[in-house]
Amino acid sequence: MRTLVCIKRVPAPGARIVLTDDRQAIDARHLPFTTSPHEECAVEEAVRLKEQHGGSVVVMTLGPAEAEEQLRYAVSVGADEAALLVTDGADWDPQATAAALAAKIELLEAGDGWFDLILFGNESADSGGYQVGIRVANALDRPVVGGIKGIDIEGETIVARRETDAGFEVYRLPLPAVVAVKEGINLPRYPTLPSRLRAKKVEVSSSSPDHTPGGLRMLRLVNPPEVASSTTILGQGPEAASAVADMFEELGLL
Amino acid sequence: MSGDVPSSASVVVIGAGIVGNSVVGHLAELGWRDIVQIDKGPLPNPGGSTGHASNFIFPVDHNKEMAMLTLDSQRQYEEMGVNVTCGGIEVARTEERMEELRRRMSSAKNWDMEAHLVTPAEIKELVPFINEEILLGGCYFPTVSAVDSLRAGTIFREKATGLGALQTVANTEILGIETDRGRVTAVVTEKGRVGAEYVVIACGVWSPRIARMAGASIPLTPTVHQMIDVGPIPILQESGKELAFPIVRDMDTFMYERQTSGSMEVGSYAHRPIFHSPDEIPSIAEARLSPTELPFTDDDFDAQLEDALELMPDILSGAEIKYAINGLLSLTPDAMPLIGETVEVRNLWSAAAIWIKEGPGTGRAVAEWMTNGYPELDPHASDIARFYPYARTEHHIRARCAEHFNKTYGIVHPREQWASERDKRLSPVHSRTAELGAVYFEAGGWERPHWYESNAPLVDHYGIEDRPHEWDRRWWSPIQNAEHLAMREKVGLVDLAPFVIFDFTGPGVVDFIQRMTVNNADVAVGRSVYTPLLTGSGGFKADLTVLRLAEEHFRVITGAFDGPRDKHWFRSHLPEDGSVHMSDSTSAYTTIGVWGPEARNLVSSITDHDLSNEAFPYGTTQAVDFGSINARLFRISYVGDLGWEVYVPTEAGRLMWDSLWEAGHDLGVVAVGAGVYGTTGRLEKGYRLMGSELESEYNPVEAGLARPRVKDHDFVGKEAYLAAREEEPAAILCTLTVEDHVSPRDGIKRYPTGREPITTTDGGRIVDRKGRPSYVTTAGAGPSVGKFLLMAYLPPEHAVVGNDLAMMYMNEVYPVKVVVAGSTPLFDPDDARMKG
Repeated sequence: MRTLVCIKRVPAPGARIVLTDDRQAIDARHLPFTTSPHEECAVEEAVRLKEQHGGSVVVMTLGPAEAEEQLRYAVSVGADEAALLVTDGADWDPQATAAALAAKIELLEAGDGWFDLILFGNESADSGGYQVGIRVANALDRPVVGGIKGIDIEGETIVARRETDAGFEVYRLPLPAVVAVKEGINLPRYPTLPSRLRAKKVEVSSSSPDHTPGGLRMLRLVNPPEVASSTTILGQGPEAASAVADMFEELGLL
Repeated sequence: MSGDVPSSASVVVIGAGIVGNSVVGHLAELGWRDIVQIDKGPLPNPGGSTGHASNFIFPVDHNKEMAMLTLDSQRQYEEMGVNVTCGGIEVARTEERMEELRRRMSSAKNWDMEAHLVTPAEIKELVPFINEEILLGGCYFPTVSAVDSLRAGTIFREKATGLGALQTVANTEILGIETDRGRVTAVVTEKGRVGAEYVVIACGVWSPRIARMAGASIPLTPTVHQMIDVGPIPILQESGKELAFPIVRDMDTFMYERQTSGSMEVGSYAHRPIFHSPDEIPSIAEARLSPTELPFTDDDFDAQLEDALELMPDILSGAEIKYAINGLLSLTPDAMPLIGETVEVRNLWSAAAIWIKEGPGTGRAVAEWMTNGYPELDPHASDIARFYPYARTEHHIRARCAEHFNKTYGIVHPREQWASERDKRLSPVHSRTAELGAVYFEAGGWERPHWYESNAPLVDHYGIEDRPHEWDRRWWSPIQNAEHLAMREKVGLVDLAPFVIFDFTGPGVVDFIQRMTVNNADVAVGRSVYTPLLTGSGGFKADLTVLRLAEEHFRVITGAFDGPRDKHWFRSHLPEDGSVHMSDSTSAYTTIGVWGPEARNLVSSITDHDLSNEAFPYGTTQAVDFGSINARLFRISYVGDLGWEVYVPTEAGRLMWDSLWEAGHDLGVVAVGAGVYGTTGRLEKGYRLMGSELESEYNPVEAGLARPRVKDHDFVGKEAYLAAREEEPAAILCTLTVEDHVSPRDGIKRYPTGREPITTTDGGRIVDRKGRPSYVTTAGAGPSVGKFLLMAYLPPEHAVVGNDLAMMYMNEVYPVKVVVAGSTPLFDPDDARMKG
């Protein structure tokens, strides 16, 4: 089974984002970077499918040269090959991104045969466009479904589940297909020391894609207003136990 | 608890990491009240280095002060119930490291820490998952422990709050510090102003930034130390304990591995030094984990991954890397902490650049210092006042920290010299000494000749033996011994530029100087006094010379290493009424020593001034002109021979040297380096050195420096000194000889470097009734007496001439013998040469 996972390098969530003075970018001086969370799970899913059904996993990203870090991380948790589409660092709009990815995928498939499954994250943690996976699927003329929390392969069909309030919606797609997954589909593994060392030595193939901007234009970034939260101290030491129990009862946990 | 800030406090402590917490705990215990502690982060973990520390303690250290601070800290952690003893092993992959471990055995013996040299098989028994095949051996320290520093901090605070002494204000940032005429007056926070008589800066990596708000300097740099957490590891999980196995220090790869329940924490000091500016540390909101847990740069850790896998292949191969950070901690130019009153602002104190293992101990030292005027433990190596201005620059700090960071687990020779930041302070005669092939050692930033390669022919002339072992030969030359003999035979010219010189004037100066010195300084104009300065408890604070130049003019001369601390000591005791003026004249004058039996002939040949013994007695000073050079001559020498120190204005230094050098040509003048007057010359005369023999834990009686009478005038430490004179001394400073240098193991002669334990002949540790161990304070050749000499304090029952004892060097035993109990010189005991 040949799987491709498309990932994106994003600032690690959890820290307050500081904007540059001209509000055109984020101040990345103290920011750690990571793979966007949905995509981290996509990589894990691809590796699990490989472990179950054999085959290989290619991981690809459109991003700055530093994004090689995320590709190597993916290799350290089980991906086999890595491809970097290098940009100048600025965030490309979804149409431009999808066009570049699709072009590269066509190139790869012409050489090595098609990918049974192409995985995307449902949306990236930073720009949150929700579109790239769908646009790529359309460009490649393949069926696509998003918001997926569970995947199984049955022969030449992929069975994909999406959560709803009432349970799951189940989709069946013929391979080759494109699926956009959500965090929670699995719990990604951490790399081991040896796999990290191996990932350092893997060759990352690099190319410079054409940039054909789409219609989306960013005017500026804005910090949302901070919502003040309040904290109530229930008590200190053993005396707080009954207050805690009352709270649990209120929340319906008891 | 955050809330409003009080409007005033007796002392504000900035920082709630292990140091700030320890300081408030000890201040409260010592009776301070109205303590306000402020941190911009939340409790119990405000996000500083304490929050992510590896929390383990290896108490053994070659540095006495660090070892004592660590032992005290470990005891405090133990008393608080947060100390888990797990043992630790330093493993060796190389033979060089094995030698270093043998050296560590000596330090362990000195400070009474249990230590055992172990074989690879024994290491395997203690740490079953180690790959012992790549090891040559190790040193096992059973008392190594790990602590809960956050819990300890909380306990410190609770103790202080319980005494009604402390209010802690969290989540509150410091915006400024107010001062008035050089004294701190208040701290300004985002929630208001707190008037304060004292302020302590204990905020780790942020300290320089906070200090700068008051116009003070705290010379540290935030530095990265990488660490990762690897797990789960079955054998660790199955142990059911947080620390079931000893902590391993893989010294040759600069790494450590410590268990944390089911995971293994792997840390490294092997990567390139990565510095951050205190002004560019992310805020708590901007930091994903904490301001001092920065994103991991995995390229820097790659080589270490391989080293760790090699050492513990079985358990590390399968485990996952769950946590990886570039942790921030504080480094200083000489790797020692920064405690004490800042030199720029009165009552503004520093408690910074302190790691977990010495946290509680330094907190106590700072609190004692603030309360009693000096801590119980001698803090001279941690005293923030020790740095000259050039050493407080960011440039210098980073250069030195970059150099020593990778030596954190390194093998550092006691005489080893720095490679970076050299040639910063050059003597006026530097070009002359360089032409003579001076090999320079650094003293207070100065390039000071230690010996001269041009004197190499003297080695054969005097038949000086070389040292067979490479370690003993390092940073040493037999030329030193040859220069010594040439000087005692003819005359030596010595570049003494690094001397630190202070001038005191004003109507209140006599009273002031008398209040600082032990010995009587109210002497006739033109006379001098060599005197200790004491702490309030009667221990040595300084050891220097005072010249009376006029009715109301005294000049103090002290050494390069002690200068800055002595300067701060004098300055902080100056009377408030302005009746004494102090100035630093170090750069105004340079000094040249002319020492040896031909000294009078040499100097007389270029001046008409009467230099006879009657006209110019020993210990006196006179102004003398040499042609058109205005010089001051001081008849004294640190080698106990006939001679003078010649002081001239800096700009005339080279001319003075040239005149003396030319005049000495026919008299056989020899350039002589610090190897002679710092070691061989003074050892033969039994001259004590501040920092070697003289520390605040010892008093003048024990050091053999007590004079027959004590002056009437009051002085700092007088009461304690008088009491010490009344009682039987607990120790007596002695000179010993090495009776046999041949190593039992290697069959070659070995030469100790200093700090070796002195034991009974059967290896028993010698400790005086105050609990102080006997060890070598100085070791060196005594070429004129034909012996290798040691100085050490011995309890009275052992301080007997002829007593046979032993010395432990590189874990081997050598016989030594007491030759002087007290301060009688071995060479020229009547001082006839220098006083004639």
